[in-house]
Amino acid sequence: MEQLSVEHLTGIRDLTRQDIELIFQTADSFKEVINRPIKKVPSLRDITIANLFFENSTRTRLSFELAEKRLSADVVNFSASSSSVKKGETLIDTVNNILSMKVDMVVMRHPNPGAALFLSQRTNTRVINAGDGTHEHPTQGLLDAFSIRERLGTVEGKKVAIVGDILHSRVALSNIYTLQKLGAEVMVCGPTTLIPKYIDQLGVKVEHNLQRALEWCDVANMLRIQLERQDIQYFPSLREYSMQFGLTKEILDNLDKEIVVMHPGPINRGVEITSDVADSKQSIILQQVENGVAVRMAVIYLLAGKIGR
Amino acid sequence: MEKQVILDDQHVQLTMNRLAYQLIENHSDFSSTVLIGLQPRGIHVLQRLKTILEEITQHSVTCGQLDITFYRDDFRRREKPLIPSATNIDFSIENKKVVLIDDVLYTGRTIRSGLDALLAFGRPTCVELLVLIDRRFQRDLPIQADYIGKAVDTLNSERVSVEWKESEGADKVMLFTPEVNGTVKR
Repeated sequence: MEQLSVEHLTGIRDLTRQDIELIFQTADSFKEVINRPIKKVPSLRDITIANLFFENSTRTRLSFELAEKRLSADVVNFSASSSSVKKGETLIDTVNNILSMKVDMVVMRHPNPGAALFLSQRTNTRVINAGDGTHEHPTQGLLDAFSIRERLGTVEGKKVAIVGDILHSRVALSNIYTLQKLGAEVMVCGPTTLIPKYIDQLGVKVEHNLQRALEWCDVANMLRIQLERQDIQYFPSLREYSMQFGLTKEILDNLDKEIVVMHPGPINRGVEITSDVADSKQSIILQQVENGVAVRMAVIYLLAGKIGR
Repeated sequence: MEKQVILDDQHVQLTMNRLAYQLIENHSDFSSTVLIGLQPRGIHVLQRLKTILEEITQHSVTCGQLDITFYRDDFRRREKPLIPSATNIDFSIENKKVVLIDDVLYTGRTIRSGLDALLAFGRPTCVELLVLIDRRFQRDLPIQADYIGKAVDTLNSERVSVEWKESEGADKVMLFTPEVNGTVKR
């Protein structure tokens, strides 16, 4: 142990259980740091990080930027909408140009699955995937599992149901990998059209009834319906989806146990989750956001430690 | 590797008692003083001192643990990144006298990081340094201790190790000297 087995974080699939535990252990320390009066440590004084966002984001982008700044790294931001990408520059050219300005690490969100891996193989930098299309969103997977560990003490042996648009969700895939590596059982739940074929080959249970999924699980991770990725109609109407798969206070109160409710954001209140559930004591949605900064600090710190001088 | 015991069980106890009395001379009832141990090995010294001090003064002594991993100056100069230990300072050090505590003072770099890390918790009135072992004449930085258990003269190639009853089974301080061509090089 003591250091990560990877040079880049392109997906959770490449990580070992030891890697994940090391990240969590380091994140524990950073969580303490960000609750101090002075929320900053000087570890990455001599590192420059570029945040490349080829797709919209609020939470992830802010979270990464805060994590970088609290480690004292220099940060440059880039968003595709206001750049030369519009003028026809390729991804590799864009990144190589940025790297020529002596950038040590790249955090990238991109609409195409595999973009982070592609970049890590073709450029001379460290890459952290901040979401690549419908593939993976590794730091979200890590922070979700970290939040479960914080609330329930451990992830091992817990039952987690991921509910919603599994087909278009990178959060779902990263969650499945992380949770399974840590010894949790995972179930996916949603309309037939939004569950990928053959997903059971990943070793997850598949359920199409929300009530049964909730009765089975200790933790329910409610995902957003990603209308922007849906090229065709996958269900008759949002209202019908919400009646079948929306989590309400009434359903929660009728369960014979208290489950933990999570949501990676952004929430569509009244669609996948009602307001009273999102704001209830069972929900750890805002803790997830807080933990996001600590977990991202840990990932950046551990990867930066491997950059030679 | 030649092994030499610098302080045994009994001497560690005597030394700790003396350090405790020296602290009492300067800080009397510890009402405006806090003790902060440096992770990981300074914590043992801190715990021992706290017990002795509270027994003698009959006052409780405020203690904290400080991890300095993120303040080190050798990040990215090592093979592997250092993994942090816990920091536990649940009080303000604003206008307090702080005694930093560690087991061995060697290059002074750890203490330098410790001073940096400390400032994130407020502005203390003054900071003092207490160490069980001072490896004299080996400093990279201009840092000296205010309270010293024992000063030893060592070479860079030598290693000092402090063991505790709680973690290693016995209290002792040892000096390891590497052998070069079959002979012990001093």
